[in-house]
Amino acid sequence: MIAAAEPASGGRGRRRFDLSLPVFAGLVLLLAGLVFLPMFWLFRFAFTDGRGNPTFANFAALVTSPDLLEPAIVTAIVALASCLLACLVAAPMGWLVGRSDMPARPLVRLLVMGALVMPPFLGAVTWEILAAPNSGLLNQWGRLLLGLPTDAVLLDIYSLPGLVFVIACYSFPPVFVLVADALQRIPAELEDASAMLGATGLATVLRVTLPLALPALLAGALVAFLQAMTIFGSPAIIAMPAGFHTLTTKIWSFFQYPPHPGIASAAALPLLLVTILLLRLQAWLLGRRGYAVLAGRGGRPALVRLGGWRWPALFFCLLVTSCSALLPALALLKAAFTRVVSQPLTPDNLTLHNFEFVLFGFSATQLALRNTFLLATLAATIGSLLALLVAYITVRRAVRLHRLLAFLATAPAAIPGIVLGVGLFLAYTQPPFRLYGTLWILLIAYVTIAFPAAFQQLQSAFRSVHPELEEASRILGASPLQALFHITAPLLRTGIVSSWCFIFLEAMRELSAAIMLFTANTKVVATVMFDLNEGDQLGSVSVLGLVLLVSTVAVLALAHRFARGATLR
Amino acid sequence: MMSIRSFAILLAAGLAATAAAAAPPPSSAVDQKLIDAARKDGTVVWYTSTDVEIAEALGKAFEAKYPGVKVQIDRSGSERVFQRIGQEHMANVQACDVVNSSDAAHFIYWRREGWLAPYLPEDVAKYFPADQKDPDGTYATVRATLSVMGYNSKLIKADEAPKGFVDLLDPKWAGKIVKSHPSYSGGTLTATFEIARDIGWDYFEKLAKQRVMQVESATDPAKKVVLGERPIMADGSEYSLLIARDRGGAVEPIYPVEGTPLIASPAAILKDAPHPNAARLFESFLFSTEGQQLLVDIGAMRSWHAQVKERAGRVPMGSIKLMKEDPAGVERSIEEVKKRYTSYFKT
Repeated sequence: MIAAAEPASGGRGRRRFDLSLPVFAGLVLLLAGLVFLPMFWLFRFAFTDGRGNPTFANFAALVTSPDLLEPAIVTAIVALASCLLACLVAAPMGWLVGRSDMPARPLVRLLVMGALVMPPFLGAVTWEILAAPNSGLLNQWGRLLLGLPTDAVLLDIYSLPGLVFVIACYSFPPVFVLVADALQRIPAELEDASAMLGATGLATVLRVTLPLALPALLAGALVAFLQAMTIFGSPAIIAMPAGFHTLTTKIWSFFQYPPHPGIASAAALPLLLVTILLLRLQAWLLGRRGYAVLAGRGGRPALVRLGGWRWPALFFCLLVTSCSALLPALALLKAAFTRVVSQPLTPDNLTLHNFEFVLFGFSATQLALRNTFLLATLAATIGSLLALLVAYITVRRAVRLHRLLAFLATAPAAIPGIVLGVGLFLAYTQPPFRLYGTLWILLIAYVTIAFPAAFQQLQSAFRSVHPELEEASRILGASPLQALFHITAPLLRTGIVSSWCFIFLEAMRELSAAIMLFTANTKVVATVMFDLNEGDQLGSVSVLGLVLLVSTVAVLALAHRFARGATLR
Repeated sequence: MMSIRSFAILLAAGLAATAAAAAPPPSSAVDQKLIDAARKDGTVVWYTSTDVEIAEALGKAFEAKYPGVKVQIDRSGSERVFQRIGQEHMANVQACDVVNSSDAAHFIYWRREGWLAPYLPEDVAKYFPADQKDPDGTYATVRATLSVMGYNSKLIKADEAPKGFVDLLDPKWAGKIVKSHPSYSGGTLTATFEIARDIGWDYFEKLAKQRVMQVESATDPAKKVVLGERPIMADGSEYSLLIARDRGGAVEPIYPVEGTPLIASPAAILKDAPHPNAARLFESFLFSTEGQQLLVDIGAMRSWHAQVKERAGRVPMGSIKLMKEDPAGVERSIEEVKKRYTSYFKT
């Protein structure tokens, strides 16, 4: 094989290399621009005064201001607590779905996917409807059930624990997916060996299964922590009425009149720093241990018999998914079809007015839906194509310096949404690129935010395809790019479609960056819902939310069918 | 960014210019030429802080009257409208045609910065009192509302309801009050300024200790009271309360004994409006008898138009003790009001 490849690369190699080089250079420039341009302006604003003179005044203002220390502490508590909660829930669920004989496992998986589709800020709105201390539906039902007086408060979502809960509701699904998949890949032989050596079931779980799943759990915990630290929508909806700020809502408030872009940039840098440090820490932790040996494909692991615990386990899973998906969906439906959502479902409280207003009366609906779908589709298509190219180059090491490319492709993961929003706003309101006010800036934001995950997804998909087929096509005279598009890409269809779906979903749900970047003509559904919620148009928010959810699920289902049809053929 | 000093100089210059009272442009009537030109523009983009359903209803009425001109509405809180226009100006983006916010101070700032286009609709020249329009003819009060208190009439009896601001400091109302935020709502900013001036900041400092539920928009407290989430609102727009009551919500207004802040909401056309003719036509429509009557009838607003009829069953303006308006004073203290408020209420 190698002997055959050599003469071919001798004859055509030069021309092939010439073709790849501009593509490579273009990719490096593009990715570097995506990452470094906003970061450059962020640093510039943070370290200069209004006229461009270097100064530390912004940081001084940051450190000395008493109303910034509190948000910083709150953010730390919220991030830690919700990460812990998410892991405590997701790890056992992941094990139950991945390794036990609990009934209805596919249903639980489906419900978790439902939670993944729900934009976190919409989830926060539904939890306002459910658990506002007085009018919340759960509080009303609880009072009725327990015979408590009308001013008894069972749940108060407008509180620190409330915020932690709401964030964890939507940060546990990624942890779950990572853990469940990792557990399914663990070869059964290791557990069998432990059992044969006399370990009890619990000892096996604690000393074999758990350590083997630890990298996945750790990766999940990190995702949950970073998400909680950098989330904007949920604290904007929950923390404000409760009377406190997180760092993200504070950064955003620096853009209120009179705007302080310098201080906002300075306040964004700690978030960036913590994110980078944590990502480094993860790489270091995972890098120290040789987990790669686990990739071997043993037989499908035996399912652990739960016996009498099967039903309580299912109950636990359903309870968790109710909090993230079922109850919020019910709350959305009730708010969409009633005049006053806190009142009982009597005939005169039922109405179609909200649908009528959102679908026909509200001028922003069409524009926002059009923008959102256009942007999500474009971002997903451009993003997955780019990720495909970059993953190909880095996995096949098609050019020297492929490591630089891999670094650039994963770098955006270190930039929280709101920080990227601030950076993009600063970068693209200045010459030479004035993109603020156009859809381009949102497209750039969406692609940048979703790129690292899509890239990693495709990278691992590439690793699973043996290069033999590509090599064969290159021996027959195809250039590396031709080989990629004619041979490898079709083989990777499932992987490409799933990364497409991932970016699409991310773009539909994104609020943190969009809130900084949208204008009248470039509003998206997320920002419109956010505006409506501030005016307390719960009915309209719910209708728009339902429209968004249903159409997202429809697009994802179509994509899924497309991918399946491809593999069947 | 501008330093405080140059800001102060500009401010002084602006005030001097106001005092000099430049002559307004001649008033403009709606004619076929304007309508045709507006059709060519095709769209008018309206940034407003009015309740979104009322804004959309006005937009629909305009579209019905002038087919071929679409109204695109961008509804947000006044302070956010101000933030967006500032951000867009900073980025050299021209998106907005007509702007309406409930913070009259914004218009002083915008006019001074030269961001507004002079335009005097015929109705404003003929039917609006002099103190509700800018002498330059760049803006006028398109709608007014009051910042009222209110209570849920199912949860609280009329004679037990608080009568004024200071009554809210009674410990029995702790945890029962909802209130909007001056960093979001221009109406609430104006009200906060007037209350602090007349009763003292002291009131807010004590109110903040009553475990107040803080919401953003001035249209929000009445909705929370109707939901029963909190039985009392410390502030909020009168019109959103009256509309909620019209729809069967159990909510009643309180006109505080200390005086009720009057919230004037001006409207103006931006100088760099992308659809200048549609903007003029829409501005004229907003100030016409028809537009104003709509604001009163479906929007439950107060109008300064001489020919507009007050709605039946409403407390007439004449019988309400009002707090004195002072947009220039508000403009001078925007930052201070937000800062002090935030230091008490922590949001």
